[in-house]
Amino acid sequence: MSEVLRLENVTMQFGGVVAVNDLSLHVNQGEIVALIGPNGAGKTTAFNVITGVYTPTNGAIYFNGDLIVSNHPQGNMKKLYQGENRDKFPTVKVQTPDAITRLGVARTFQNIRLFKDLTVFENVLIAKHMRAKAGIFSATLRLNAKEEQAMRKETQNLLEILGLQDLSQEISGSLPYGQQRRLEIARALATNPSLLLLDEPAAGMNPQETDELTAFIRQIKDDYHLTVFMIEHHMDLVMEISDRIYVLDFGQTIAEGDPEEIQNNPRVIEAYLGVQEDA
Amino acid sequence: MSLTTILQHCLTGISLGGAYALIAIGYTMVYGILRLINFAHGEIFMMAGYFMIFSMASIPWFISVPLVTAATIILGVAIERAAYKPLRTAPRMSIMISAIGVSYLLQNLATYLFTAIPKGYPEIPFLKKIFRIGDLSASLVTFLTPVLTIILVFLLMQLINHTKVGMAMRAVSKDFETSRLMGIKIDTIISITFVIGSALAAIGSILYFTDRMSVTPFSGTLPGLKCFVAAVFGGIGSIPGAVVGGFVIGVVETLLVAMGYSTFSDAFTFLLLIVMLLFRPTGLFGEKSTDKV
Amino acid sequence: MKKSTKYVCSLAVAVIAVALLFALDANKTGAGMLISILQKSAILAVVAVSMNLLNGFTGLFSLGQAGFMSIGAYITAILTIPVKNLDGVYYMSGIAPWLRALKEGMEASPSWLQAIYPFLAMIVGALVAAGFAALIGIPVLRLKSDYLAIATLGFSEIIRAIFSSPQMDQITNGSYGLNKVPTFPSVFGLPSLFTPFIVAAVSIALLVLLINSTYGRAFKAIREDEIAAEAMGINLFRHKEWSFVISSFFTAIAGGLLAMFMRSIEAKTFSITLTYDILLIVVIGGLGSVTGSVLSAFIVTASKEWWLRFFDQPLIIGGWQVPLFRTGFRMVIFSLLLMIVVLFYRQGLMGNKEFTWDGLARFFRKLGKKPAQAKGGAEG
Repeated sequence: MSEVLRLENVTMQFGGVVAVNDLSLHVNQGEIVALIGPNGAGKTTAFNVITGVYTPTNGAIYFNGDLIVSNHPQGNMKKLYQGENRDKFPTVKVQTPDAITRLGVARTFQNIRLFKDLTVFENVLIAKHMRAKAGIFSATLRLNAKEEQAMRKETQNLLEILGLQDLSQEISGSLPYGQQRRLEIARALATNPSLLLLDEPAAGMNPQETDELTAFIRQIKDDYHLTVFMIEHHMDLVMEISDRIYVLDFGQTIAEGDPEEIQNNPRVIEAYLGVQEDA
Repeated sequence: MSLTTILQHCLTGISLGGAYALIAIGYTMVYGILRLINFAHGEIFMMAGYFMIFSMASIPWFISVPLVTAATIILGVAIERAAYKPLRTAPRMSIMISAIGVSYLLQNLATYLFTAIPKGYPEIPFLKKIFRIGDLSASLVTFLTPVLTIILVFLLMQLINHTKVGMAMRAVSKDFETSRLMGIKIDTIISITFVIGSALAAIGSILYFTDRMSVTPFSGTLPGLKCFVAAVFGGIGSIPGAVVGGFVIGVVETLLVAMGYSTFSDAFTFLLLIVMLLFRPTGLFGEKSTDKV
Repeated sequence: MKKSTKYVCSLAVAVIAVALLFALDANKTGAGMLISILQKSAILAVVAVSMNLLNGFTGLFSLGQAGFMSIGAYITAILTIPVKNLDGVYYMSGIAPWLRALKEGMEASPSWLQAIYPFLAMIVGALVAAGFAALIGIPVLRLKSDYLAIATLGFSEIIRAIFSSPQMDQITNGSYGLNKVPTFPSVFGLPSLFTPFIVAAVSIALLVLLINSTYGRAFKAIREDEIAAEAMGINLFRHKEWSFVISSFFTAIAGGLLAMFMRSIEAKTFSITLTYDILLIVVIGGLGSVTGSVLSAFIVTASKEWWLRFFDQPLIIGGWQVPLFRTGFRMVIFSLLLMIVVLFYRQGLMGNKEFTWDGLARFFRKLGKKPAQAKGGAEG
């Protein structure tokens, strides 16, 4: 099994606050891996580091074996840095989020970020823009008609496959919550990713919707040969769907394993599942 | 240029800077709380100039000054209530456009009421008295402005750091929503901010126009923008920063004019702004903030 | 509505517009004011649509329009003032020798080339403005909303200071400004009256094509949510830069038209107030609506220069002079109207929708059904 994603000693520190601390993990080809942990454990920050929204303070990230991000404490951070392994990553490599998306990493957001005033169709079509070969002048003068046609066709197909074709002319901000989540996933898929990062896809869903989502994630994973890495709080979903689970607390991994191992891990029960019992 | 001339210009510059500092505080406080460039602030300052002209026509200066300050405060708070409060939940661009709209309205209103012809600014006799220190000579207002500025800023800092209202203001500028949840009356705090900003603009206006002798409906635009730059330079939201920014811009502008680059003195201010935004966007004393994704 | 009906409607509007222009051309002296209002509106429409590309479609709040217009205007004016007028124009400090030589060379060229010089001058102006935009865009476009606004405004003021500085006397005639700029040249043998409309129509058409292209969609994505746009693989900087450069290009084209329209320009013309005027046109038309900006450019210009003129005249009814009506009142009314739009009809005329015949038909149907309710505001 080949590795799709690998994080090595990734630390993200904001001023004096360490959000992610020396995090190392890997995700294999074709796996569904979950990242769980209490609120504020640094899960979303980890996603933001992987997708290039934040530059890590220290550490390296590999995608399909290639180094995509690497950094070590610089400037002010030299003094402030509280983590370890500061000399392990001499190379500095920083990429903007769009470049990382173009490599084949797509994501959704915890608090849905659709292009709210645009239609469902446009939302997905925009994801096709980055593959457009036409320059701005030929696009303006409509010399790219063929390509534009192809983009629209692909978008149409994707919407049909995901069962969103009836909503295609609706304004995305006016969709019901569950549909917005689904559209966000559709939009991420439209970028032709090989790795899909889902940030709390089941947040705010009832049990029935969660079941549908479980099936949906499985379906797209198989249809598009995806590797899925997701943050989730719904334990039923996590335990049912994941091949492996990482548990994060205070920015550090406290456990790793398959669902059964995690459920029986005393540290996890203490840090995380213990809270669940009260709820 | 002889040393005396340079010192003379520096003195004029510091005096101009003091007036700028007082106006810049209005920008920095409003921005700190509402995240809004109050484009109308320069026009409030201009209107204060006209208030003084009309008040001094029949009333002695020592009654005029508090009267003008009160009128300016009413104008400032009224603008906030009418033009900014209804847009509190609107996108930031809308409030900014509203601020530009108010500034446009005040300019046109002033042109209509007072015509575009410059109106002479009344003299407060004792402010114009010439003082000499060694070779330097200047009117009292030149000496008074920086001193008065420092005193007012000191009082303001006491208010902000050691009173309940001040604490509420600091809380609102840190986090609007949370302070609301904590039971702080946001609208009252915003009004107080405008009261302070407008009062300082009124005093700044008296000091500024006494030296310049005339007011037009457009007298507020450029000083207004320069004072905003002063606020950015010092670090938006920081009152000492605004004061330092005001003095720096006042002195450099005066020196540039003295060296014969008067057309570039305005451009310099903006150049300073751009350089600052590029290399230290948080300004001299500003705090860094990160956006949450 | 059927597609063919819509075609007929659009065609009819175009024919009426052209016929109107011919009629105006035949009656130049009588309709002088109307012609000048329509021409000014067309020029401002180009700036408004360009500004909308930035503010309404890309979500970049830029206030540098006056600066870019002045680049276009000055370059067009300098390049088109006839050599025989140069001494009269630069009566204070004379013209720079290299510039005179360049202009003499231009006038010595074949006549077909000379016929297109005014257009070349406009394009050169626009290219310079675009290049300048590209340069300042590198630092400025990284700034967040209101800082971007104040920084672009700052650049606009710097440009103005440079143009009016004594050091530029031999090129821009410093603070005296330039005059004796020739009026619009004619195109395709049509009367010169048509030129600003043709240039405006072509510019706006190109902008519309851009907005509806895949790049235009990317701009809209950036407007809606920068972080999501980046996650869709859209390079923020490159797209913002394109939007800024193209907007500046067409703003400068409009500046060139304005120089030919006004026949004389000075640095004062391009102050912050001009940018504000254009922003107000965009806001009244609706941020994110091209047709809104165009309609608004015509309506605002006509009201300012014509329909609301009567507010500036003393009004006497039955021997009693109505108070308030005197010089300047028109602008007060106008700014109040603007504040009403900003506060209560934030969508402006069109919101972010475009004019369509269907929309118009729906509007009238609604008007017919519930006349009382539909009066409230316009609907796109």
